[in-house]
Amino acid sequence: MNPPAPRVTEPRRTDPRSFVVQAIAALRLGLVPAVALIVSRSGDDEFVAIASAMAIAGIAISAVFSFIAWWQTTYVVADGEIRVTRNLLSRHVRSVPYDRIQDVALTQTALPRLFGLVALTFETGAGEGDDLTLSYLSLAEGERLRAGVRDRSGHVSSGQAAESEEDHPPLYAMSPRRVLLLGLFNFSLVIFGAAAAFIAQYDEFLPFDPWDVEDWERRLAGPGAWLAQLGLLAQVIGLAGLLVILALLGVATGIVRTALREWGFRLDRTPRGLRRRRGLVSRTDVTVPVRRVQAVVRGTGAVRRRWGWYDLSLVSLAGDAGAAHHQIAPLATRGEVLALGQEVGVDTAGDGGGWHRLSPAAAYAAGAGRIAVWLFFALVAIASQRLSAAGGFLGGPLPVVLLVAIGLWRSLRLTASMLLTRYRIDREFYHVRTGWLAPLLIIGWREKLQTVEVSRSPLARRLGYADLTVGIAGMPLTLRGIEHTAAQRLRRDLLEAMGRRDFSAVN
Amino acid sequence: MTADTLPGEEDGVDRGILPQGFTPLDPRFRRLLRIRAAIRSLVLLLAAGTAENLADLAGFVLVGPALVLAFVMVMLLPGRQYASRGYRLEQDGLRTVRGVWRHSDITVPLGRVQHIDVTQKPLERANDLATLVLHTAGTDNASVVLEGLSHDDAIVLRDEVRAGMREIMR
Repeated sequence: MNPPAPRVTEPRRTDPRSFVVQAIAALRLGLVPAVALIVSRSGDDEFVAIASAMAIAGIAISAVFSFIAWWQTTYVVADGEIRVTRNLLSRHVRSVPYDRIQDVALTQTALPRLFGLVALTFETGAGEGDDLTLSYLSLAEGERLRAGVRDRSGHVSSGQAAESEEDHPPLYAMSPRRVLLLGLFNFSLVIFGAAAAFIAQYDEFLPFDPWDVEDWERRLAGPGAWLAQLGLLAQVIGLAGLLVILALLGVATGIVRTALREWGFRLDRTPRGLRRRRGLVSRTDVTVPVRRVQAVVRGTGAVRRRWGWYDLSLVSLAGDAGAAHHQIAPLATRGEVLALGQEVGVDTAGDGGGWHRLSPAAAYAAGAGRIAVWLFFALVAIASQRLSAAGGFLGGPLPVVLLVAIGLWRSLRLTASMLLTRYRIDREFYHVRTGWLAPLLIIGWREKLQTVEVSRSPLARRLGYADLTVGIAGMPLTLRGIEHTAAQRLRRDLLEAMGRRDFSAVN
Repeated sequence: MTADTLPGEEDGVDRGILPQGFTPLDPRFRRLLRIRAAIRSLVLLLAAGTAENLADLAGFVLVGPALVLAFVMVMLLPGRQYASRGYRLEQDGLRTVRGVWRHSDITVPLGRVQHIDVTQKPLERANDLATLVLHTAGTDNASVVLEGLSHDDAIVLRDEVRAGMREIMR
């Protein structure tokens, strides 16, 4: 039997010393510069008097606000939940049921520590990470509440399990050769972007103006003219040489960046979940509890896909310092991906029957909408060219052509991606295949979904389709443009599967 | 009581009219929407007037359209917004519908609620209204916001949601 939960049935305030701590914390930011300012002008009596008076007024106001905030914040622990009420200008009541509490953290920072105070944070895994924090409580009260809540909520993390998986072969690992291959696929010219950004940032420190086209022409006039005289063949050879250098730099960038991140990649099965270690300079060690996995994402790249290479990530409820996706295989064959999927109980083949497509009308409408936006930008560009009579690059036709080209490409990509999107809902899972050049496959448990939304724009109503958005812990997912009756049917089916078991039971 | 569609219900969602079986919001919410729109319109008009003056434009070049927009925002929209919104506690969870332009229909199963807020901003307080916020672990619709309940209704609905959560957890 669980010990009785701590009950606080009368609204209680946090420790009275809290407001002192909060007032000091608020002051600390302004105090040092204020003192420095006053000392630096110590000769000027009038200034010192006014500044001191303002500083004292600041302290008083800060103290009053901290006091009101403290006075108007109360908490109640009863009926299996914690309820905190803040009653300032606006009124805010937050209720957190015990069963939703994933962990209780006691934190003691320097200043509260002097007063023997702790902050108690109840972590619930709510989407935006806004949890419930009581700051500050006496250490004894904090520990009493934590012990009680931990016992009641049942599934709060226990100590680390013994890790002896070194004897077992890893589920997946990357050999240096594999890292090198991934580095080749990660070919990147980002270094030129970085260089351009660096130049843009620090151009005033350069000995010449990098944006002055005429200056470049003048500088090239000497050797450039000499180059022109060498004839077509030499120019072609020169250009080819330049491209080779670019390619080499791109390859080198890709390999270095990849090796830094993925060197020594190793994935193991442990009692606590899947454990991933990787990294050359800074090594990271992350364990994802399998029960907390919400969905599995199989990705690929436009090029690596031709040779049958994929990557695999887990979308997890367990927070990993901001990143919700845990990549468990950066470059894997189809067979490896299938085996890893089985480790978490998911079929990552992405084939078989029963796939549905989106409404083609929705795909074309979305593409038309996308190009319309960019054509509008192009019109704005033309109009501003007319008005400002700008010269050089900005005055020429190139910006407009560029805007239209980007719009066409974006529109084509969106339409193709939507036309190629397929979804399948079976008894336990939903599967979504989307994307054009580098398709993604998303597979998740139906009963781990959080919310279901059907929404329709005026155009969607006219053309008979709807957007279905499902809440997944860790990633957004909207199926844009499902035929409306199908969307309604899906809504009901999904909700039915979600209603059967509670969040705590499925995670 | 059932998750099945009532006659005309989905039609209602499509026309931006509250479907049958949904509870409308507190009528005072319409006034609140109007006050908010009035404040926004005032800011808009001031900005338009200032810009017109500073840029030495002819009278009403900016203020004219701003006046039309203000009229739409204050006189036409709040009524339609109010009429489009509502909620229903179904077997599947709390279902909210809203939207004049883009219609949306969100359901939060009670077994997926992480925690619940009942909030009152100063304007809501003055009108005895409250907002119920259901927080979920999802990335999309992480907080489902139901504005425009009377404060008492918000408390009752919160307690119903809590009771429903307890039932499912069992």
